[in-house]
Amino acid sequence: MKIRQLSVFVENKPGRLRAPCETLAKAGINIITLSLADTHLYGILRMIVPDWQQAKEALERAGFVVNVAEVLAIEVPDHPSGLADVLRVIEQAGINVEYMYAFSERRNDKAMLVFRFQNADVAVAALTGCDLKLVSNLELFAH
Amino acid sequence: MVLSFPGNKTMTARFHPASSPDFVPASQLRDLQSQRLRAVVRRVYDHTDLYRKRIDEAGLRPECIKSIDDIVRLPFTVKTDLRDTYPFGLFASSMDEIVRLHASSGTTGKPIVVAYNRHDVDVWAEVIQRALVSFGLHEGDILQNSYGYGLFTGGLGLHYGGERLGATVIPTSGGNTDRQIMIMKDFGVSAISCTPSYFLHILDRAKEIGVDLRALPLRAGIFGAEPWTDAMRQHIEQAAGIKAYDIYGLTEIIGPGVGAECHCQNGIHIFEDHFYPEIIDPHTGQPLPDGETGELVLTTLSKQAMPILRFRTRDVTSLVREPCPCGRTVRRIRRISHRTDDMFIIRGCNVFPSQIETALLEVEGALPHYRIILTRSKGLDRMEVQIEVNAQTFSDRIGAMEELQARFAKHIEHIIGLHVAVTLAEPRTLPRSEGKLCRVTDQRNL
Repeated sequence: MKIRQLSVFVENKPGRLRAPCETLAKAGINIITLSLADTHLYGILRMIVPDWQQAKEALERAGFVVNVAEVLAIEVPDHPSGLADVLRVIEQAGINVEYMYAFSERRNDKAMLVFRFQNADVAVAALTGCDLKLVSNLELFAH
Repeated sequence: MVLSFPGNKTMTARFHPASSPDFVPASQLRDLQSQRLRAVVRRVYDHTDLYRKRIDEAGLRPECIKSIDDIVRLPFTVKTDLRDTYPFGLFASSMDEIVRLHASSGTTGKPIVVAYNRHDVDVWAEVIQRALVSFGLHEGDILQNSYGYGLFTGGLGLHYGGERLGATVIPTSGGNTDRQIMIMKDFGVSAISCTPSYFLHILDRAKEIGVDLRALPLRAGIFGAEPWTDAMRQHIEQAAGIKAYDIYGLTEIIGPGVGAECHCQNGIHIFEDHFYPEIIDPHTGQPLPDGETGELVLTTLSKQAMPILRFRTRDVTSLVREPCPCGRTVRRIRRISHRTDDMFIIRGCNVFPSQIETALLEVEGALPHYRIILTRSKGLDRMEVQIEVNAQTFSDRIGAMEELQARFAKHIEHIIGLHVAVTLAEPRTLPRSEGKLCRVTDQRNL
């Protein structure tokens, strides 16, 4: 149920965000979704890609520092209260969200939420049995 | 002699009896130096293990040292000797006699400790008084002492010398710039002592709040504890309507007051009756004649609690024997041009890149690639340590990265005693150099 997310450290300067994206483009790797956390001096580019190992190798060969974190992907109906409902369940399970981001899928009316918890295993255990659709790697990349 | 200042301030330089040791004939000075050197060698030989061992190893006996010319036979003292004997190993007085301790940051986290007995505190006040006299100060002057009070020698050093002169000393210490300006204005301050960079900051702030220092009674600035240039002097003198004087010193020798400029502002007179200067070739250790450029070496001739023989200052300068128009007979050193090691001075604090490395190692366990950038903005020196992020330190969580930055900053502050800005850089983006690493980029235009 856990998904690997890659993060890349980028300085907050012109051209620095493009560089890792271009490395992935050259390696023929598509980015399923991403989020950029920014501070005034640097950013953290977080990405979900189909083959994280291949992407990590390509990025590291190009000199980037890459972090691999385990995140959970939760599918929700793409309509009002979709996110709020999920957050209520998470809150009731007593676990804290470090950060999250979302994307909509093209072919159906679902949205995908990516959650980073402090400990992915603890989160899986806490959320199992709840009324949530945790999405596996296979399902995520089948689309 | 009447000196004129930018603005309409004038003052008269008059002779003060406290300055008489600066005017003694050369032969009389030599006799005094010889006599004091004999006593100090005997003292360190009898009371400190390190010097007894070093003097024995040099095949000498204290009685071999007869005149000041024999000083070249004595062993050198280096900064690490003070660290290795931490905290009290070089004291030549018993603790019963020691009335004051000061400390400055060392090279590896442990500070360097220096001691003064009552006699030393008097000598220190005397040399500061002589410095103040050579800047044209006298009884009735109001001295705002904005050097930091504390373990740093600057604050208390200037304080006691100012009182000895009979000036009114205001112990403002550093910081709280608006209050400094208010006091300067309201109290009719005539002289200020601080680091030159802090005075630049005061100047900028005064301008912002609409105070023109040229219109105040302030007429002398006493600047030291960090390097500054003639260009800075011109700027300060014009902008504040004062004379800006250089005072030289170092913690290991006594603190400020090893030497000072006179009103001629053409070199720093060393108070040679207490601190004997030599210039050596930093590579061979061989003495160089007056006039040649090399490393300044200083010996304390009269200190008792912690005498230091032939301390290698790492400051590069030359000695001037030619008489100064002011009439002082003691020799001058030229402005310090640079150092023989990689130490730099920021906000009056001596910093070695190795100290930064120690801090980074403590945090990471391995040494990351880093660079130190020194800048000056609005008169305030800023130190930035840029550290490359690597796989061990990088996290996808902003909070963790901020914690990492804070941890680096805290460890650095713990070792050097200064808060620095820590920024994180992408891997392999900081410049690499072959051979001699140049970790420090000084953009302060010193």
